[in-house]
Amino acid sequence: MEIIAYAAFFLTVAMTYAIICLGLNVQWGQTGLFNVGVAGFVGVGAYVSAALTTPDAAERIGGFDLPILAGWGAAALMGALLAIAIGVLTLRMRADYLAITTFGIAVALQLVFQNAESLTGGAFGLAFIPRPFAALQGQAIAFNLANLAITLVVVLALYLLLEHLLRSPWGRALRAVREDEIAAQALGKNPVRLRLQAFALGGAIMALAGAVQAHFIGFIAPGNYLPMMTFQVWAMLIVGGSGNNRGAILGAVLVWAIWALSGALISEVFPADQQARAASLQIVIIGVMLCIILLWRPQGILPEVRSVSRHLGHRKKEN
Amino acid sequence: MNPQALIDGLIAGSTIGLGAIGLTLAYSILRFANFTHGDFLAWGAYLTLTLFGLLGGLSAGLGAPVHPFSFGWGLPLAMLGGAALTVLLALGLDRILFGRLRARGADVIIIVMASFGASMALRSLLEFIFTAKPVYFTNALQIAQPLGLGMRATPDQLLVIGLTAVLVAGLHLLLTRSATGRAMRAVSENPDLAGVYGINVAQVIRMTWIIGAGLACVAGVMAGLLVQIRPYMGFDLLLPLFAATILGGIGSIPGAMLGGLIIGLAEAFAVQIIGAEWRAAVSFIILVLVLMLRPQGLFGQRGA
Repeated sequence: MEIIAYAAFFLTVAMTYAIICLGLNVQWGQTGLFNVGVAGFVGVGAYVSAALTTPDAAERIGGFDLPILAGWGAAALMGALLAIAIGVLTLRMRADYLAITTFGIAVALQLVFQNAESLTGGAFGLAFIPRPFAALQGQAIAFNLANLAITLVVVLALYLLLEHLLRSPWGRALRAVREDEIAAQALGKNPVRLRLQAFALGGAIMALAGAVQAHFIGFIAPGNYLPMMTFQVWAMLIVGGSGNNRGAILGAVLVWAIWALSGALISEVFPADQQARAASLQIVIIGVMLCIILLWRPQGILPEVRSVSRHLGHRKKEN
Repeated sequence: MNPQALIDGLIAGSTIGLGAIGLTLAYSILRFANFTHGDFLAWGAYLTLTLFGLLGGLSAGLGAPVHPFSFGWGLPLAMLGGAALTVLLALGLDRILFGRLRARGADVIIIVMASFGASMALRSLLEFIFTAKPVYFTNALQIAQPLGLGMRATPDQLLVIGLTAVLVAGLHLLLTRSATGRAMRAVSENPDLAGVYGINVAQVIRMTWIIGAGLACVAGVMAGLLVQIRPYMGFDLLLPLFAATILGGIGSIPGAMLGGLIIGLAEAFAVQIIGAEWRAAVSFIILVLVLMLRPQGLFGQRGA
């Protein structure tokens, strides 16, 4: 029985990563925007939602006791606003300025999470974040399954929405800008505005993922939103197949499984006093895997389906 | 305001500037933002530390401090070896990763991503080999000597500033007066045209890694000597390095150095005014200001 509870827990966490991956897929897979600050966006969503939904606390600002759904919505909104602010600053410039700036915002946000104690609880983080189906908390299996169900609903809803958007004229214009900016411009598309919209949509989805994750776990701390998270999410999308929403979800489950298994393996193989150090091997494995995929199978496991419109059918990628 | 911040800023800025030079060279010649550069600093420091330990084991004389510094002749010797090994690391990485992606005609941003992945792997490997515990080149304590105007510095710190000045001046001469330097500038302007003119582009790329990784090692050793050596030291310096590179203008050696000094000084003053816990935000604020007000940087060309 415990195995079912654990499997549901594992899949729920994997699904929250799948949401982040779907957001990144809008930015990278569809639009070619390299965001190195994924963890910052996820963290913003988690903290915003936590501040709005936790019970009132004397020692900090926030604690409005709002319903969880309000927290999710506010998180997504903040993610979009943050993305727009960064996008306005960098999207007119060369692609790697965005990479450097998003890297910077993640570092800066990490400092805010750590140091703005009256807002974020500092290094101790925020606890007592309301969990969906809290009434079931006594029964691990029912609680985990109910949360898995609600997270799956979010993933499915986002998947359908994104698939619809990407087949829409907007999605086609986005890919046109990614493939040939000048041609798209000549056809009257505004590349900067399209990129900004995609970046904002992706940012909103990542922040929503942060909120969903925070409410499932019930506790957040700055250490959850380190650059390592950004790195894991990137590995998930690249392994699964960037540009393909199903690939994003598959990659999230796969890489999260590799992560969990390698962690379990390391705690079996290495003696207790060496485990902290051996845990860094997990990151080496993922890093090397990312580089190998980029070198030998850049399209990932499920490559992007190249199609101009569903009315015209699929098109093979020509090299 | 405490004038000591001026000295602290110059010292931190020397390290950042030296690191940023390698980053700006790679950016202008190899055309990508190299996220592994910070880890070259950390690897340089650890490789030097390992060689320093070996040399000290061979001959006690090499380990004994030379007055007035806190370290012996072993450290400069070890740093030469460490720099050579860091260069090998960078060239090896270019051989197996970046070079292959370039040859395939991969998009710039794919190469940036590969550098991001490699950076994570390199840093975690350091943590695995040496553990996360900070280490030091020397346990000797140094007394800071008064310099006047209420400022103090240790001999080690003054040496770092002096060495930085010598390296930057030498590099500037190399790039402006020698055939190698002209070839490097030509490739940074237009690699295809430079190739047509008979410039050996592969050679220029090797030279870029040699200079960049060599200086990264020196910067890492300096940071290790003045503060401490940790697997994350390079990663923590990455944002200041990028900020200095963009502030100085991509491709400009004097710009990178000046940018590094400005970032170092701004950090030192910010620590005095708002507190040490916000130090890392300074680079980000400067980066945002530069992108808003002068995206080409101090010495950069428009349209970069």
